[in-house]
Amino acid sequence: MPAPVANQTPSSAARKPGAHLVWIGRGFLWLIAALAVFVLGRDLINDPPLFAQIVLSGLQLGFVYALIALGYTMVYGIVKLINFAHGDVFMVGAFVSFYAVTRFELHRWPALVFPGISPVVTVVVGPITVMLLSMVVCMAMAVTIERVAYKPLRDAPRIAALITAIGVSFFLEFFGALSFVFSPRFIPYQRPFEVVTWYVKDGIHLVVEGKSPPEGSVTFSNIFLIIVVASVLMQVLLQFLVRRTKMGKAMRATAFDKPAARLMGINVDQVISFTFAVGAAFAGLGGVLYAIAYSSIWSQMGILPGLKAFVAAVLGGIGSIPGAFVGALIMGQAEALTMGYISTPMRDAVAFTILILVLLIRPTGIFGEPEKEKA
Amino acid sequence: MRTVKLLGLLILAVLAMVSYSEAGEAGIKVAILAPLSGPVPTFGVMTRDGALLAIDEWNAKGGVLGKKITPVVEDSQCTPDPAVNAANKVIDQDKVKYIVGEVCSKASIPVSEIANSKKVVQISPTSTNPDVTVGKDGKVKQYIFRACFIDPFQGQVGAKFALGTLKAKTAFIMLDQANDYVKGLAEFFEKSFTAGGGKIVGKETYTAKDTDFSVILAKVAAAKPDVVYLPDYYNVVNLATKQAKEKGIKAPFMGGDGWDSSDLDLKAADGGFFTNHYSPEDTRPEVRNLVKAFGAKYKDDKQQPKVPDALAALAYDATNLLLTAIKQANSEDTTKVAAALAKINFNAVSGKITFDKNHNPVKSATILAVKDGKVVFNSVVNP
Repeated sequence: MPAPVANQTPSSAARKPGAHLVWIGRGFLWLIAALAVFVLGRDLINDPPLFAQIVLSGLQLGFVYALIALGYTMVYGIVKLINFAHGDVFMVGAFVSFYAVTRFELHRWPALVFPGISPVVTVVVGPITVMLLSMVVCMAMAVTIERVAYKPLRDAPRIAALITAIGVSFFLEFFGALSFVFSPRFIPYQRPFEVVTWYVKDGIHLVVEGKSPPEGSVTFSNIFLIIVVASVLMQVLLQFLVRRTKMGKAMRATAFDKPAARLMGINVDQVISFTFAVGAAFAGLGGVLYAIAYSSIWSQMGILPGLKAFVAAVLGGIGSIPGAFVGALIMGQAEALTMGYISTPMRDAVAFTILILVLLIRPTGIFGEPEKEKA
Repeated sequence: MRTVKLLGLLILAVLAMVSYSEAGEAGIKVAILAPLSGPVPTFGVMTRDGALLAIDEWNAKGGVLGKKITPVVEDSQCTPDPAVNAANKVIDQDKVKYIVGEVCSKASIPVSEIANSKKVVQISPTSTNPDVTVGKDGKVKQYIFRACFIDPFQGQVGAKFALGTLKAKTAFIMLDQANDYVKGLAEFFEKSFTAGGGKIVGKETYTAKDTDFSVILAKVAAAKPDVVYLPDYYNVVNLATKQAKEKGIKAPFMGGDGWDSSDLDLKAADGGFFTNHYSPEDTRPEVRNLVKAFGAKYKDDKQQPKVPDALAALAYDATNLLLTAIKQANSEDTTKVAAALAKINFNAVSGKITFDKNHNPVKSATILAVKDGKVVFNSVVNP
């Protein structure tokens, strides 16, 4: 596909390469967009339930990516560091919940501590406790990583911190792969609650085990609902935190101008640690939800979701919180629709093509503002 | 300090020499190349245990040609590079002339190139790809054999079973395009299924690291096939069948011997079928003896006797084939042993084995069903 673009480039492009490239790039993008809309429209008309089912898969994926992308974007907004270890924090979150559930039966603690309690309370409180535990462990880990690996390099060139981030990421992946840590195997994940599936056709009905839903129906599960609710809830919570609290104000001030914030009496180190902790908590929650949804975990499960969430953050405009959310939803749809209408192995190629296109055409992303002059 | 270090080095060197010369004198050495780490460690452990059991039994009877048999176990990780390194190590360093292994086709193929060029007899217990025993030039590799049937046969048997016993008219194929084993089975299933009058209503590919099958399964649900053919390893099967159950897909899943693992999620795969080399529930005396001896030697986490799976059974068969051939050749010379193997007629655990001209065994396949949390024997299909 790049060949025709190269042919269109006039020989005089050497004089003003930037301007031409941008216009060619935009034209190319519009062409792809028009093609995609046409193809997807055709698929929608051909088989609407299948299309809806694929979009739902994309939403589920997108909401998980959103949780991870928030951490990337927040940390970048404050310290201008792309924290590549973030995907591995996500992995640790999944493993913490795995051990909590299989070894300690934490998801059943209300029933174990108060034997007479109603099972509804157990089903609601137990899994939430598991998620909270994962979030807390991830927060502690992220703060430690920040103190040990990133803080000493805060005044070093940005590339040094970036390479350290990659190093921390590798460390977590391969330390986790040791046989006495998480082992290098794919581990089947035991869910803290049972899956319930519904189908939509003339109203919403429960799917009975051993009985297929009728033709032309769209199915969704309680996992999907939990992921959407948790992700939206976290987004709202984060907006509140950043816009309405004192800490949020300090975060915004630090992001805007670190030295000035320090002069105003803001404890910048504390704000940065706090930002890492909040991002890691979201990643930990994302890890638990991802593991619940796809029921298999291993020590390198964080790499691809982490990278894709990073692409989502860049697509939305890195540093922008609503941007990360919107970018993640777009990424989820792009992946699901690619899997549905092109082919499954193509999905990673499409995900990273989006990254390249964004960087070429609008490096600041959808919600990002062009780099402002700073003192 | 320096003299101490030198002295230490000297002692180490002497020790190494002593242990080396000791190793050189020990009877007949048989290398076992198995993936003890990597993506499929349960395959490796079972293979090693099966082969070691056979060697123990021979040693208890006085070894072969009046000599003890010494096993040399190496971890080959189901991956080409480590497998090649392990093969070079056992051939050049340990002076091994007979290899049992590797488990995975993609590792066995490069090992077979080395073994054949160095006149080392290799029997792969479970590598099902045709290229293991036949070179790129189409000529059979003189020193290379296998104890299992090959991919085309498994695909054919699967299709025969789907059409005949399950009365399926439509099938949906899910495959990992990058895996030769999966591709081989899927290809021959498709060929035999359509030749037998069935229709393939959909074919979707995924990659080995995928965990989200929801989109492919949405297509399966829309296509409404009678069977879904998923000839991959147990880790993929666990994920895909679990997600299929949750989507309310009722069509049975079918696969090959990659399903055979203690880690297979029996609840998720319930209602599925797979082709395999043998069943521990078979009543033939060879099978009963193996199950008894294996259970007596190896225990699981709960100290219960371990049940040998097909990998253990085939490794056991492969080792027995090799040692029987050495005995029949009445010589350690690998050319004579290979000639004896080529015309062997051996009553193995996984059926009566003779070799065809491409060094592939001619024997029967077993169909197993996953039902009510157990893997049960369904039927035997003859070639």
